[in-house]
Amino acid sequence: MTDLTVCHLYPEHLNIYADRGNIAVLRYRCERRGIGFTVAGCGPGDPLPEADLYYLGGGQDRDQVAVSEDLAGKAGALRTAVAGGAAVLAVCGGYQLLGHGYRGHAGDEMPGTGLVDLMTEAGPKRMIGNITIRCELDQGDPHTVVGFENHAGRTHLGAGVEPLGRVLHGNGNNGSDRGEGVRAGRVIGTYIHGPLLPKNPWLADWLVRASLERRHGEIHLDPLDDALELEAHRVAERIAASS
Amino acid sequence: MIAFPAKVAAARAAAGLSRRAGAGGGTSLPGKLLLRMAPDAISRLSSRISGGVVVVSATNGKTTTAKMLAAMLEPERRLCRNAAGANLGSGVASALIACRDADLGVFEVDEAALEDVAPALGPRVLGLGNLFRDQLDRYGELELVAARWRRISASGPWRLVRNADDPLVAGLPGGDDALAYGIDDPSVALPELPHAADSKWCGACGSRLRYDAVYLGHLGAWACPACGNARPRLDVAATSVEFDGLDGTDITLRTPLGERRLRMPLPGLYNVYNALAAVAMACALGEVTLERMTAGLEVFGPAFGRFERVSIGGREAVLVLSKNPAGANEVIRTLAHDPAPKRLVVALNDRIADGRDVSWIWDVDFELLAGGVQSVWTSGTRAAEMAVRLKYAGVDPDLVRVEPDLAAALDAAVASGTGPAYVLTTYTAMLELRGALTRRGVVPPYWEAA
Repeated sequence: MTDLTVCHLYPEHLNIYADRGNIAVLRYRCERRGIGFTVAGCGPGDPLPEADLYYLGGGQDRDQVAVSEDLAGKAGALRTAVAGGAAVLAVCGGYQLLGHGYRGHAGDEMPGTGLVDLMTEAGPKRMIGNITIRCELDQGDPHTVVGFENHAGRTHLGAGVEPLGRVLHGNGNNGSDRGEGVRAGRVIGTYIHGPLLPKNPWLADWLVRASLERRHGEIHLDPLDDALELEAHRVAERIAASS
Repeated sequence: MIAFPAKVAAARAAAGLSRRAGAGGGTSLPGKLLLRMAPDAISRLSSRISGGVVVVSATNGKTTTAKMLAAMLEPERRLCRNAAGANLGSGVASALIACRDADLGVFEVDEAALEDVAPALGPRVLGLGNLFRDQLDRYGELELVAARWRRISASGPWRLVRNADDPLVAGLPGGDDALAYGIDDPSVALPELPHAADSKWCGACGSRLRYDAVYLGHLGAWACPACGNARPRLDVAATSVEFDGLDGTDITLRTPLGERRLRMPLPGLYNVYNALAAVAMACALGEVTLERMTAGLEVFGPAFGRFERVSIGGREAVLVLSKNPAGANEVIRTLAHDPAPKRLVVALNDRIADGRDVSWIWDVDFELLAGGVQSVWTSGTRAAEMAVRLKYAGVDPDLVRVEPDLAAALDAAVASGTGPAYVLTTYTAMLELRGALTRRGVVPPYWEAA
């Protein structure tokens, strides 16, 4: 049987923006299609387990600092897993940890994994609000992603690193270059929560396919009835456009 | 230079105008005006209240706790209260403007506004109930609110009353006369810390807390196995808690004044916490008998929109405010006390007072309701989003209808069967709903109801 394994990194610490909603959506969309789905948590001190998809959520500043050293110690294993075809979804604080690190107001530095060439530093004011971006993960197949952002960090991508999408409404990575998130192969990072996946079911399916490729090759996913999800998406898009 | 009394009179006149213009009850506007003219208005007006002031703050339960305390005090005292729940500085000032001859003030204050408002009010007793994650886009992280509370509780001459069961509150600095309250009945404990638990780590050393009993969210009998930090001794406690479905709750109340068995006409463990907070604050005031405390709790009617029963065309609807994960989880747990399948309206708004960010609904355990739903209407500005949440919680999508118009959703739910329809709403949705019901003459306006 086709099956997908998820490693949820630091579920006790990084869960502030309803991250379990993202996991619930991945589970639902797999199980509806007869794809087995298992989640294993991975906390501080635990060895990084093998998985098809690694999930990193957002946390309070204190919790993020508490796990950052530990995660930096797992960076090598994570890089090996990604080189071996694993996918990564990192949201908000987890997204910041994908990069080289986070420089705070006082010049304090929190280490990152360096998995992707990006750097984050604290900005003067939190960027809070509804957000819509346009992205084209597969050429010729554009979509919008809707959700909510709430972050003090300004993230800057290294030269040649692609954002996840272009901001239509909201702030995105830094409020100035209109980029939002990052996409590097099967690694996705984004400030968008809400949670991210319930209102953006195509992105959930993209992640499921990307994660399955490692062991199962290219997989066709039967369409599901997404009428409610798409209606929620439309409403969110409208609210983001008017706020 | 306009004299202070003239400014107060002008602000008072604005309240009347606002009400006559149909713009609400003037629960915030007059105070806002007055504070603009006289920034020290709160301390000037509150210092005139001969018997002093009591302040309660918490993420959840402020309005109900203040109303319970008022029910204990009201037979003997003339109270000044911000009863309609306008709990920022503007709401407190508006309440002070409205009452001229009170001899005791009972105010609920927003947890984030406490640092500014409490020193101005200079309360005799400050009651701090609980801290849960709520409206992250507005309040910021819980840690920031907790830090504000640490500053405020260390600074005042008041007598502190604190919830011993909340690790974020129990350790707040207070004097030797501080009182602690909590629940002491493992038979009503949860099997484990719920998903939305906000405080799992010791505030002193950062180790993972151990719970001998979890009562609600992260509230319970906690201890740190590493540094010995633990729930303080309870001065006021509830033991032998028994739920009678959604109709009431029996508790044994243990206080410095003695012990009493009593029945509250309110469901849910969170109301036990509200009652304990009110009793502990009454004890801290030191002028209320145990008989008066018990009597106040036994006759208590719910604060507006808190399991409030209304009759619509001869059928019943129960209005339930559910505005953050911890509060909504308790509402759902309480509904589950009654196993009969229910007709529900779940209204989710994303206006500023609700929090623009609606991701919190994913931290609510709607899964507990999945098997107990007869039919459900989702409503509000984010009606479809709510429907998605219920779908992933395991509610059969065929039972879910999306009706953004709240009055229409309510009518459909009420008309579709006998027995009460349960209406769960966020804050602004509750105000809208009450507005619609007031226009129909079903309920009094909110500024008179509380």
